[in-house]
Order: sequence, then C-alpha cells, then structure tokens
Amino acid sequence: MPKLTLSVNGQPRTIDCANATLLVEALREHLGLTGTHVGCDSSQCGACTVHVDGRSVKSCTMLAVEAEGAAITTIEGLAKGNDLHPMQAAFKEHHGLQCGFCTPGMVMSACDLAARNPAPSEGEVRHWLEGNLCRCTGYHNIVKAVRAGAGDMNGGK
Amino acid sequence: MKDFEFHRPASIKDAVALVAGTSGAKYLAGGQSLLPVMKLDLAEPPALVSLARLPGLADIRVDGGTVAIGALCTHDQVARSADVAKAIPALAALASHIGDAQVRNRGTLGGSVAHADPAADYPAALLGLGATIVTDRGKHAADSYFKGLFETSLADGELVTAVHFPVPRRAAYAKFAHRASKYAVVGVFVAETAGGVRVAITGAGATVFRSAAMEAALTSSMTPGALDGITVPADDLNADAEASAEYRAHLIGVMAKRAVAALR
Amino acid sequence: MGNAQGIGAAVKRKEDRRFLVGRGQYTDDVTLPNQSFAVFVRSPYGHAKVNGVDAKAALAAPDVLAVLTGADVAADGLGGIPCGWLVKSKDGSNMVEPPHPALAQGKVRHVGDPVAMVIASTKAAAKAAAALVEVDYEPLPAAGLLANAIAPGAPQVWDEAPGNVCFDWHIGDPATTDAAFAKAAHVVELDLVNNRVAPNPMEPRAANGSFDGANDQYTLYTTSQNPHLTRLLLAAFTLKVPEHKLRVIAPDVGGGFGSKIFHYAEELLVLWASRRVGRPVKWTSDRMEAFLTDAHGRDHISNAKLALDADGKFLGLRVHTYAAMGAYLSTFAPAVPTYLYATLLSGPYDFPAIYAEVKAIFTNTVAVDAYRGAGRPEATYLLERLVEQAARQLGMDRVELRRKNLIRADQFPYQTQVALQYDIGDYQATLDLALAQGDYAGYPARAAASKANGKLRGFGMSTYIEACGIAPSALVGALGARAGLYEAANVRVHPTGSVTVFTGTHSHGQGHETTFAQLIADRLGVSTDQVEVVHGDTDRIPFGMGTYGSRSASVGGSAIVKALDKIVDKGKKIAAHLLEASVADVEFKDGQYRVVGTDRVKAFGEVAFAAYVPHNYPIETVEPGLEESAFYDPKNFTFPGGTHLVEVEIDPETGVVEVASVTIADDVGVIINPMIVDGQAHGGLAQGIGQALLEEAVYDAEGQLTNGTYMGYCMPRAADLPNFKVGNHVTACTHNPLGVKGVGEVGAIGVPPAVINAVLDALAPLGVTDISMPATPEKVWRAIQAARAGKGA
Repeated sequence: MPKLTLSVNGQPRTIDCANATLLVEALREHLGLTGTHVGCDSSQCGACTVHVDGRSVKSCTMLAVEAEGAAITTIEGLAKGNDLHPMQAAFKEHHGLQCGFCTPGMVMSACDLAARNPAPSEGEVRHWLEGNLCRCTGYHNIVKAVRAGAGDMNGGK
Repeated sequence: MKDFEFHRPASIKDAVALVAGTSGAKYLAGGQSLLPVMKLDLAEPPALVSLARLPGLADIRVDGGTVAIGALCTHDQVARSADVAKAIPALAALASHIGDAQVRNRGTLGGSVAHADPAADYPAALLGLGATIVTDRGKHAADSYFKGLFETSLADGELVTAVHFPVPRRAAYAKFAHRASKYAVVGVFVAETAGGVRVAITGAGATVFRSAAMEAALTSSMTPGALDGITVPADDLNADAEASAEYRAHLIGVMAKRAVAALR
Repeated sequence: MGNAQGIGAAVKRKEDRRFLVGRGQYTDDVTLPNQSFAVFVRSPYGHAKVNGVDAKAALAAPDVLAVLTGADVAADGLGGIPCGWLVKSKDGSNMVEPPHPALAQGKVRHVGDPVAMVIASTKAAAKAAAALVEVDYEPLPAAGLLANAIAPGAPQVWDEAPGNVCFDWHIGDPATTDAAFAKAAHVVELDLVNNRVAPNPMEPRAANGSFDGANDQYTLYTTSQNPHLTRLLLAAFTLKVPEHKLRVIAPDVGGGFGSKIFHYAEELLVLWASRRVGRPVKWTSDRMEAFLTDAHGRDHISNAKLALDADGKFLGLRVHTYAAMGAYLSTFAPAVPTYLYATLLSGPYDFPAIYAEVKAIFTNTVAVDAYRGAGRPEATYLLERLVEQAARQLGMDRVELRRKNLIRADQFPYQTQVALQYDIGDYQATLDLALAQGDYAGYPARAAASKANGKLRGFGMSTYIEACGIAPSALVGALGARAGLYEAANVRVHPTGSVTVFTGTHSHGQGHETTFAQLIADRLGVSTDQVEVVHGDTDRIPFGMGTYGSRSASVGGSAIVKALDKIVDKGKKIAAHLLEASVADVEFKDGQYRVVGTDRVKAFGEVAFAAYVPHNYPIETVEPGLEESAFYDPKNFTFPGGTHLVEVEIDPETGVVEVASVTIADDVGVIINPMIVDGQAHGGLAQGIGQALLEEAVYDAEGQLTNGTYMGYCMPRAADLPNFKVGNHVTACTHNPLGVKGVGEVGAIGVPPAVINAVLDALAPLGVTDISMPATPEKVWRAIQAARAGKGA
C-alpha cells in the first residue's frame, strides 16, 4: 500500500493506506484520532468536519492522499494544552452540546466562520451551519455559542 | 469505495494524457460530486487524476467585459471575490449559496461545470450569461454545452480549464432549494446582456435550459409583472418527492419574477 | 457551598470537556485487539421468500472469516428477538407475536431485513465480500403502507395475523361515551395521519462483540440507552448466556431519542459471531442502513370525534386509530399506541367520557417503536387539532375554549377516563405564562406587518400534558410489561469524601453526569467536582432499566436520593459517636453533622474518613465503609404539561412555511439545572417542528423506503428554526422525593399541533381547512390552489 505523510495537528504522520482511503478513515482508523465522527454517507451531516489549510472541509468527502502537503487540524488539535480553544469554551459556556457527536464538526465549522467573520449575526451563523446537523440542541444554544466564540476568538477575551 | 490509481500531474498536458491512458479514468478537482458517488460504488473509476497541482487554474481575472474564472476556483473563492462581486454580483451571490460552507471550500467551478448536475447552480449562470467554457483543446459556448442529464459537449478526456463570463448590465439568480439536499429544485438566472435578455433555468429539467417566452416578455419590459401569465410547460419538467412537475413549473414563474425584482 | 451547585443551579456540564476536545468514546471509537468487522447482507425487497443463500464467492474473497445466515442462527439455537410488552385485544386474546429470528429464515419482511452476516479482517473486505453473497429472492406482494395494509385483501405480512392485525385493543367506556355524544350540541370530527418519522440520532448504531474463551466471558460495546435491559434480553432470550458471563457497555452514545432503547439483532449477532470466528466483531451502521433498520416513530391513521355542549364544554371523545407496527414487534412497540397514547387522550382537559380503539397493524417496513414522546405526541396532535377545529367550527376563541375545559388546579388529583390519575399541575398558569411571554396581545399587529410584506401569518397553540417517569412496575406489569421499570443507584463515598455515583440510567446527551452530581452536591454539601457519575457499564453498575420516557431524573434521580438518605443516616450514627451525642440529637445540614442547638459539628468529610479508618468508631453497631445502594420504584407516572405557542409566516407564492416564533411555558416539576432543562426543551422542539414541517419517512406500497438518506429525508437545520422562548412554571410532583417530572420529551409532544394549527390559521382566510404533516411547501401551495379553485367554482 502507498505510504502517505500527512501533517496532522502540527505533527507529521506517516501511514500506509490505499488510495481510496478517505481523510476521515485515515484520521480515525489509521491515526486513532476518533474525535472526528462519521454521521452519514452522503456528505451532509458535517460531523467529520476538519480544517485543511485552515478551511473547514468534510473529511468524508476528501481523499487522504489529497490532503498530502496540507496542514490538517482536527478537533484534537484545537485546545492549547489544558486550555480550551475559545470556541470550545463558548460551546461549554452556552450549553451548545448535548450528546457530543456532532460537536467536533460544529466547533471546527464555527472556527472557520469566526476566522472570516468576527461578529456573525444570528442569521449568518444559521446559514453557515447548513453543512452541520445536530439532533439534540435545536441549534438555539449552538448559535449562541458560535456568536460568543467568534467574539472571543477575535479579541473578546 | 473501490481502490484506484491516483495521479497528481503538474501540467495540463500530463493530466490529459493520464486520463486518455486509462479507460474510465476521471479527473478529480474538489471531489464534492465525484467522491459521494464513488462512496456509494455508483462510480468505480480505475484511476483518478488530481488537478490540484495544475498551475494557473485557480485564478480570477476581470478583463474588460469578461470575468475569467479558473476551473479550480472553489465556490467559496468565487463567492468571496471582490472582483466577481463588483463585476457580476449575481454570480458571487449564486456561489455563496451552493451546497454548504464545507462544500464551497472544496467544490470547484470546473468540477460543477464538467459534472453538469441538472440541479446544480452554476449551469444557470453559465447559460444565463452566455459564458464560454474553455478547455485544454478549445472553447464551448454555454448555449451548446449542456446537452442533457449529466451530458455536455465535452469530448472524452477533455478538461475544463476556465469559464469566461461576459459581464452583463444586470443579473440576478433566484433559487428554490431542496429542503434536504440544498440543490436547486428550481433556480432561475435572469440577465440583461449585450446580446439581449437571457433567462436560464436549472433544477427543473434534465439539464439547464432557457425560456424564450420569458426572454421575449422581459425584452419588452424588464419587470416582474411582464412575466404574468407566462408559464413553462410542466410536461418535460422533473418530478420527484420534493416537487411535482406542476409545482416546478409554478416555481419557475415565481423565481423568475424574484430574480427580475432583484436585478443589479 | 452546596446550594451554589445544588438543585436549581445552572452548573456547566462536567461531561462537556471530553466531547469538546474530541475525547468522547463512542462505540465505533472502540477498536479491540485483533478486531474483525461485520457487514450485513440485507433484503432489497419489502417482502420476499428466500429460496437460498450462496456464500461461496464471498467466503473465497480475501480476508473473509465467515459468512453466517439464518440457518446458522437456527442451528446454534439463538433465540428470536423478543418483544417486551404483551398487549391483549378487547376479546381477551393475546396480540399476534410472530417470530423474529436474528437473521431471516425463509422469508424477509422489510427492506433491510438481515439475511447474512459477512465477517472479515477489514471493513472494506467485509463490504466487498457482502456484495458477493448471492441471495435467491422470490418477491411477494407487500403491505408497505399502513393505509394499504388495512385495506381488504391486503397482502399478508404474517399468515397468523389475518388482516395484518396484531391486536385490536380499546380503553375507556363506550356506553358513557355514546351517551355523551347523544346529548352533544356539537360534534367535531377529523381524520388525521400522524406521519412516520426516522429518529436519526447523529451517531449511527454500532455494536462490538467479543468473546473471551479463556474466561468464557462475553463483552458487548453497544449504542444503547439501557445496557442492563440489553443484557437482560441477551441473557434470558437471545444469546442465552447468564448475566455474570455477559458484560454490556454503552459508552458515550451520540443521541438516542428512543431508537437505541431496543434490543437489536446486531447486538446478539456480533457476540455470537465473535465466539464463532474467535475475534472481536464490530459492526457500525451507515446512515442508509440506519434509515432502514433503526425503529421508526409515529405512523398512525386516526378518526377522532369530539362532543361538546352548547357552551363549548367537552362532553366526550371517541377515537379510532390504526397504528403501524412494522414487520416485527420491537421491544416496546405494542405499548406505544396503547398505554403511552390512548391513556393520554384526556390531555389537560376535564373529559367526562372517552372511548378509544386502537388496531395495531403489521406492515412490510422496519419496526415502529418509541421515538421521543412515544404515543404522547400522537395523542396531543390528535386532541389539539380537534380542539382547534372545534374553536373554528363553533366560532369560539381558541384560548377561551381551552381555558373553559382545562382541569382546574383545585381538581387534582384528577382521575381521567383513560386510567391515569394526574397528581398535580396548574394548566391555567402555564397558559397564562405562555400568552404573556409570547405577547399574544401583540399578535394582530404582527399579523398585519406580515400581511404588509405579502406574507400570511398564523398563530397556533397547544395545551398539552404528558405522562412520563415510567413507571410503577406493578402497574405496567398489569398492563403487559415484561419487565419492571424501577431504577437503581449506588452511591460510594470515598475516604476523603469524594463520591462516585453509579446509576442505572444512561446519559446520551441529557447531562446526567452534571445533574446527578448536583443532587450529591445539594445533599452532601460537596462540590460537583468531587462527584463522578458512572453509567453505561453492567459490570460497574448494580442494575438499571435505562433512559427513556423522561424517567432519569424522576426515577433514577429518586433512587440516588434514596441511597443518599441511607448515606446520611449511616453518617449520622458515625457522627453521633464522634460527637458523643445520641443519634436523635444529630442533624445533617450544609455538609455538616451538628448536635442540634450547639456548635458541635463534624464535617461530612470527617465522617467519611472515620467510616474507612474506624479507629474511633461505633464498630459494634455500624459497619465500616460508606456506600449505599437503592432501588426506587415510582408510585405513579409524572405529568409534565404546558402551553406551546407558534407563529408562522407563509409565502403564499411558494407555500414555504417559516417558523417565526416559538414560545413555550412548561411545568416540568422541580428543576435541577435550568440550563440543561432549557436545552432539553429546545431539542424536543426541533424534533417536533421537524415532524410538523420537514420530516417524513416515506415508504411506497412495495415497502421501499423512498427517501432514506439525508439527500431526501429532511433533517431540521439551523436555518429552519428560530430561537425559542422557554418559560417554566413549577408545581412539584407529589410522589417522588425530588418533585421532578421530566423534560426530555415535552418539546416533541407539545409543538407539532401548534405548528399545524398556526399553518391552518394562516391559511384559513383562503379557505384551507386541513393539511397533513409535514406541511411541505408543495403541500401548502396545493392547499392554497385547491382552496382558491373551490372558491372560484
């Protein structure tokens, strides 16, 4: 099987995997980074969202080999040591998660929004989250958390 | 997903040669249409030829009356391009509503145009603006490019490299999105171009098409009211669980009026 | 100190950190040494004979370990998947209870029915080999739709169930109901469909079974809301291995909403297969498989009649309902349209007479079982559509008609005509609160503003009640339950005063690790940081019945309180010794034992330490250690209720319904953590609005699920929903020690009829009188077209 070196959360990781390996499979099954989840098979739910060169992408709809040479960040790479990333902290503060399954994708997606838009309106957050499904929260508190987290990421804290 | 050979050539020439060299090989751009199909084993190409390292295909240039967008430009890039927003705001707005944020970060103009999904948004802009599809071996006018369901005038192995959009006087796109998939149930692109009024409709038929009746009515009077009583026959329109042909025909009228009202 | 983190405090969740940093551990995240993987070959037909399964090519494929079929299941004597509830028909006969083999034997009865199990060293190899299994199907006529299954001459799902009837059940008094209708000044009638929905927790089901031959021990990781119940069913019925040889772990579970209550064949099969192949076997559902195999919810067809006197007072209610069961009876399926549905038909209203008949019908579809609310949303939808229709038909104000018929606060305890006795509530109070918070008085101005924008605005409401906190074991036993429904807890105080709580409930989003820690903090005066709540592992927790029916706080929490009572009492004896006082003179408050009326105190931690280091200790009468267990069996259901208000704006050109506002006022009993309670309400509302406007699992007549992906099945997204206004008015439940009722299901129960009532209110000026869920854009547009055509004609 081809050898592939990926840069994941700032570390080079070399794996043997078939070309047909999806990025999410490489992360979960080859690297044990199980924080990135799979909730559907039609590229809709967004539970698998990671950052590739800072942009949110669905890792179930990208080949691992396509990510070669890019900087991949997963939910495991977001916090600095014991300190939660401001977006993670905002999700906790505003009860933006319940079962936690969609949460990694939500947080990664929200960070991408916050990087572009430091003060998204409620409507902008709701539109942005079109690619992330949550079945627990009704989104009410997720929207709150994303707006607060965006503020905190952009100098609020 | 069946395994495949993977190539990442550095030149268009090599890319074209690689696809020509393996029967059934496919180009891979953003993969947002191809990979979902492959995951369901509905496509099993023996080789994928990645376009990621081809130089010069991710640029946006506004040159006089034309916006030239490289095939590898992502939807997000188009949506956020100040140049596109200035020249053809309707195109930037259209791109900002394709799929969802993650799809827009990966999906490309060229991929969408080559795939020619009947419910995709871009085809409406291409046809509505009378764009030119540029390939490794020539040019295709949008008017003769979209042939049918996932069918285009591209030859086997022909690679889309850019799309040239003539800048219209005014244009707008109104989309009625599928509630689940977010594809267009009906999307209507209306443009006032140098060559006249163009109305292109996506999502409703086997492929994007123009409405001569609407174009004639809007040529007389570019107002929503001019479309009163003008219908697109439901006979050949798509019908599915989300929308019957009759409802789609109705929505075409509504979306067309909304596009006219939103022209800028 | 206790109060800041005790009952009523919005403590941030303890469990959040691991989820936020990607360290949650869900079943599919568990990969065991020497792991192998299973993929199922499933029926593509709604109904077919299976004439043979040829696995030769699959067995010859690379990395394949085994291909197992129904014949292997039979040869090894695995038990069929049991149903946990026996309902009897009106004539006293038992429901038809057909066999449910784990892998199909002879026939398949729904798309997705498993025919073979392919096990290989990698998931990809198992998947590839599954495609090589050749099944010889002979398609049979199918009853894919409930409406078809009840028609004369419909295809038979089971030979032993003529007319596809599983049972024909009734409740209430037909004679008094007939009499009520005979004297009625008005009768309002509706035919209603409650649409079938798919639960769709974001984590698909998964199961990882391993057999340790050296110790003759089975371990199952599974996506379950109730690992002990799963173990019980495996032990007693399906795997037939005693409990002490069987460990069931439900680690982090990514939502359930009912669908992960039930014992599914895959849980049994991975354990069995692990023993056969000698390696752990993991199966993870993909989303399409989830649509085809997770039990669905709702799917009723009903006729309902409401009798009123000349003043609008309710005299009687008569209901006839057909309820789909699917092809096989899932764990709680028969209870849902009977004891969780028809018993709720009195709603929050004072009804002198009710009679309901329910026919449960087999269909060639996946099972229908409990989904958030389970029966209660169906009852509420029927009743609140009917009440709204009555207001319209009688020309009465919708609020006043409800007010006139609500059970008054002074009528509690209130005995309904359909078996339940409501202990307490104040329905007028929640109605008033909702109307005030939702600015009902300002509605006409908002409607006018919408109209000016070319939109149709509608107002809809529902006043509802539910029964949860299931349930008194003796009562449910009398009603056909084959298990008790108490809950168990173990509270272990450690020598330094920190606490581990072992609960038989299971948290898969509800936040028990926080709320239950608050119970400890409140009672023992320790910080929630000093409390660990353990759930989801049958080897660590004494016993339990799990989490569903909004029972965790009222039943599971009460078990914890009982255990805490024992801890406090034992501590009192130890403290009395240390304080050289008599036990009767020692009180426990704010984390301290005190000799009443003195400043002589011992902190709880000191007492805990003494219990484990019993140097100075009443050793003759008190055992060392500080750990207590308790089982709590509730005395009654709990009865949350309230009022839900919805405003919608409809685009008359497209039929698109936008939810403009949602305001609710609930009485969920005493609130342990208001942040979590609000969050539970939000989630239920989203699912309820989803059912009303977006979601429907659509089978065709042949039993094909036509929209079983997220490209077709419309899940509510952020942009489909507004912010929610949530208010609470508390009356404390009278029969559990916490006074709690339950909040997990209220949103899904109360809101669907409010949404549809709002849609109908918006469309009423056009002459539209009926619309079914989900009120999709095309449906709304067609209703408008039809009404306009009718008017023009």
